[in-house]
Amino acid sequence: MTQVSMTVNGKAASGDVEGRTLLSSFLRDQLHLTGTHVGCDTSQCGACVVHVDGQAVKSCTMLAMEADGSEVSTIEGQAGADGSLNVIQQAFQDHHGLQCGFCTPGMVMSAAALLKENPKPSEAEVRAYLEGNICRCTGYHNIVKAIMAASGQDVGAMAAE
Amino acid sequence: MPKDGGIGASSKRREDVRFLTGVGNYTDDINVNGQAYVYFLRSDMAHGTLNSVDTSAASAMPGVVRVFTATDFEGVGSIPCGWQVTDKHGAPMQEPAHPVLATGKVRHVGEPIAAVVAETLEQARDAAEAIVVDITELPAVVDMKAALASGATKVHDDLENNLCYDWGFVEENKAATDAAFEAAAHVTTLELVNNRLVANPMEPRVAVGDYSRGTDEHTLYTTSQNPHVIRLLMGAFVLGIPEHKLRVVAPDVGGGFGTKIFHYQEEAFCTFAAKACNRAVKWTSSRTEAFISDAHGRDHVTKIELALDAENNFTALRTETHANMGAYLSTFAPSVPTWLHGTLMAGNYKTPLIYVNVKAVFTNTVPVDAYRGAGRPEATFQLERVVDKAARELGVDPIALRRQNFITEFPYATPVAVEYDTGDYHATMDKLEEMIDRSGFDARRAESEKNGKLRGLGVNCYIEACGIAPSNLVGQLGARAGLYESATVRVNATGGLVVMTGSHSHGQGHETSFAQVVAEMIGIDENMIEIVHGDTSKVPMGMGTYGSRSIAVGGSAMVRATEKIINKAKKIASHLLEASEADIELKDGAFSVAGTDKSVAWGDVTLAAYVPHNYPLEDIEPGLEETAFYDPSNFTYPSGAYACEVEVDPDTGKVSIERFAAADDFGNIINPMIVTGQVHGGLAQGIGQALLENCAYDENGQLLSASYMEYAMPRADDLPMFDVDHSCQTPCTHNPLGVKGCGEAGAIGSPPAVVNAVVDALQSAGKDVTHVDMPLSPDRVWEAMQ
Repeated sequence: MTQVSMTVNGKAASGDVEGRTLLSSFLRDQLHLTGTHVGCDTSQCGACVVHVDGQAVKSCTMLAMEADGSEVSTIEGQAGADGSLNVIQQAFQDHHGLQCGFCTPGMVMSAAALLKENPKPSEAEVRAYLEGNICRCTGYHNIVKAIMAASGQDVGAMAAE
Repeated sequence: MPKDGGIGASSKRREDVRFLTGVGNYTDDINVNGQAYVYFLRSDMAHGTLNSVDTSAASAMPGVVRVFTATDFEGVGSIPCGWQVTDKHGAPMQEPAHPVLATGKVRHVGEPIAAVVAETLEQARDAAEAIVVDITELPAVVDMKAALASGATKVHDDLENNLCYDWGFVEENKAATDAAFEAAAHVTTLELVNNRLVANPMEPRVAVGDYSRGTDEHTLYTTSQNPHVIRLLMGAFVLGIPEHKLRVVAPDVGGGFGTKIFHYQEEAFCTFAAKACNRAVKWTSSRTEAFISDAHGRDHVTKIELALDAENNFTALRTETHANMGAYLSTFAPSVPTWLHGTLMAGNYKTPLIYVNVKAVFTNTVPVDAYRGAGRPEATFQLERVVDKAARELGVDPIALRRQNFITEFPYATPVAVEYDTGDYHATMDKLEEMIDRSGFDARRAESEKNGKLRGLGVNCYIEACGIAPSNLVGQLGARAGLYESATVRVNATGGLVVMTGSHSHGQGHETSFAQVVAEMIGIDENMIEIVHGDTSKVPMGMGTYGSRSIAVGGSAMVRATEKIINKAKKIASHLLEASEADIELKDGAFSVAGTDKSVAWGDVTLAAYVPHNYPLEDIEPGLEETAFYDPSNFTYPSGAYACEVEVDPDTGKVSIERFAAADDFGNIINPMIVTGQVHGGLAQGIGQALLENCAYDENGQLLSASYMEYAMPRADDLPMFDVDHSCQTPCTHNPLGVKGCGEAGAIGSPPAVVNAVVDALQSAGKDVTHVDMPLSPDRVWEAMQ
């Protein structure tokens, strides 16, 4: 067991982990931040996306020890202190960009990383960026719309709801 | 103007806030104090004789609590099947035992052989590697037709052969159907495969068993679409636990699509092991485990023939289908290729004679059961493909041929035993034609061709049957369950309501749409209403959510219970207002006396019900809580017309969806935003089946597509924006809301549109291609063009 320490959603966090403990397991099992989900075992589905030092990473594919000393941001850290949804979260609700909610944390975290990199993405750019996030419920239509709306673009002209 | 709330409003979903902020409560988020973890050692062979399982080394490994094998489950029941199909000779289907842990033989890759319970999952997994299993491998039965050949290896030694049943429907129509084919002016024949799929809800299955020695009560937290069904099947048939000692909780569930209907061994194991180990036991499926243990879907091989007269009227339809059951009968498996498939073969057409033959076959593969649409996509696909092929053979417009044969008068009794209550198939087709700009297609095709691409347009119709019912009929058809739904409406003293519904939401947004219905009925704000589901200790016995039944059946139960509440509240109001009950009107959350300005607010009435100082105690009881069970008199029949435009790259065979339009008739709509979202999701799964997804076994029964590296899930860049319309509305005539259901339509209606479009594209280049089997992967399309 090795002790790891990191900042998670602005707060100091530490714990003892095995060498094989994944960041996703550390977040879920030790820090009880169960908003980060695990939907596959081949680093494909993206339900586990968090930000580590500002980069979107699949937390099922990173060892907890690798995140030692890092700034980690998860879905639990996205809303305002008063509980108000951030712009991306609000756009997902407004445009019905989620159904069962299981892929949603990863989608929101990936969307945040995309908009940081590319503040006004085209529809094709959004779709290409979401290559690593699988949703089984929405057909992506409303996720794409939500992300473009969150970027401040007019989505009224996109195909009918 | 869009409404602000109530029926017909696109109310934003209240459940979204918890999901968007990471504080949902999925089963894997539940941890019981002192819980241990289970890891299942699963068969890596498709078929073999289990000689011995030596757990001695594993039992001594660090952290191991106990290792279980089949011998620990002697006296425990078989995982039951919930539907018995009777074959064409009147004999019951062959029904094999389905043990919790493999007994005597292994019959598919993924079948659990042993289970290690340990302090941590890692310790359980490590110990499982130390279990020594001695298996003599047997030849695997994979191909359905080979499985039925004489002398074929048997999946179950105690059964006569690998034929579960040979079903004829309607057997009395067979001779007349055959005669109609003899007399036909034209016969179109098509052989096709409805590819095997894996449902793949993004949340893998999870089970947490808990046991209280003090009260002898069991609790199972599980990823289920129907916790009461699990409680009944597992309690009564497998473990012998009465319902009052067994609580089943299905909290937030991350998608189901059918595969979380069924009762699985892992649920029974965790419940059993929690008592045996005297501590909670948790299992979380990995995705790879999901591929080899979640029930699969579809997997039909079909020959369909359509007979037409000289005027192109459909005169008869005949089909022969082989349907894969896998190695064991999953909960509702036998009903899928029969009652959920044969009854839909009339589609939207007035074909007078139909005969459906289905041979259900055991193979050494994962059990196959309902997946979004369940039987109805298989029926729609073959019917709409053969109609399209007939149009091409006859040189007539595929839309015109469909229109010519549409059913136009309702109610309409089909030759396959169901009666459509209402519909307007021309209206949805008119809407579709308006949406797709058909007159502009030639120009779009020319543009594609300029870019070296082939363009095709495919159109089809569909009909769905939702809310399978009534219970007394499905009982005659072999269902071992009722198909009603329940609701309890509890009004609190200060006017808020809790609705406990037997329906289950795993993405459908019931917490929002169900509240809209009750809010509309009483005339109060939606936020005064809480919807509770998914816990057998809170909700009356309900049948859960599948088959697009929630609003049609669960919603109707809720309406009936709310009507009882309103009737009683009117009695209280008439007492408070000193007026005749007949004169009391409820509007906008207040009771008034007709023709006067006397009124009393909703909250005053509810308070009086619980503080009955001024109350008609001689006539009615205090309190305001009512329950209703609703058993529908018929299915509901949504319908629609879909169109797909594709581009095919002739150099690579790659198909891209350029446009997709869906015109649906769902009857009345509660929340248009949610309905549209349901269609989007269904379309994605249908297009996934048509272009990408394939669950592939090799000849040894090894699953070749057991992860997202091999199983092609639709991703964002595989799909277009969808054009969806549900303005054609013929309300259901037999439920109180006039609703039909919308959950599966997209998955049912879209695969034939895609394949029809690709065939159209290939034929536009002069290729003599009449069919390509799904998924239309680049290699298959390219090969078809050569």
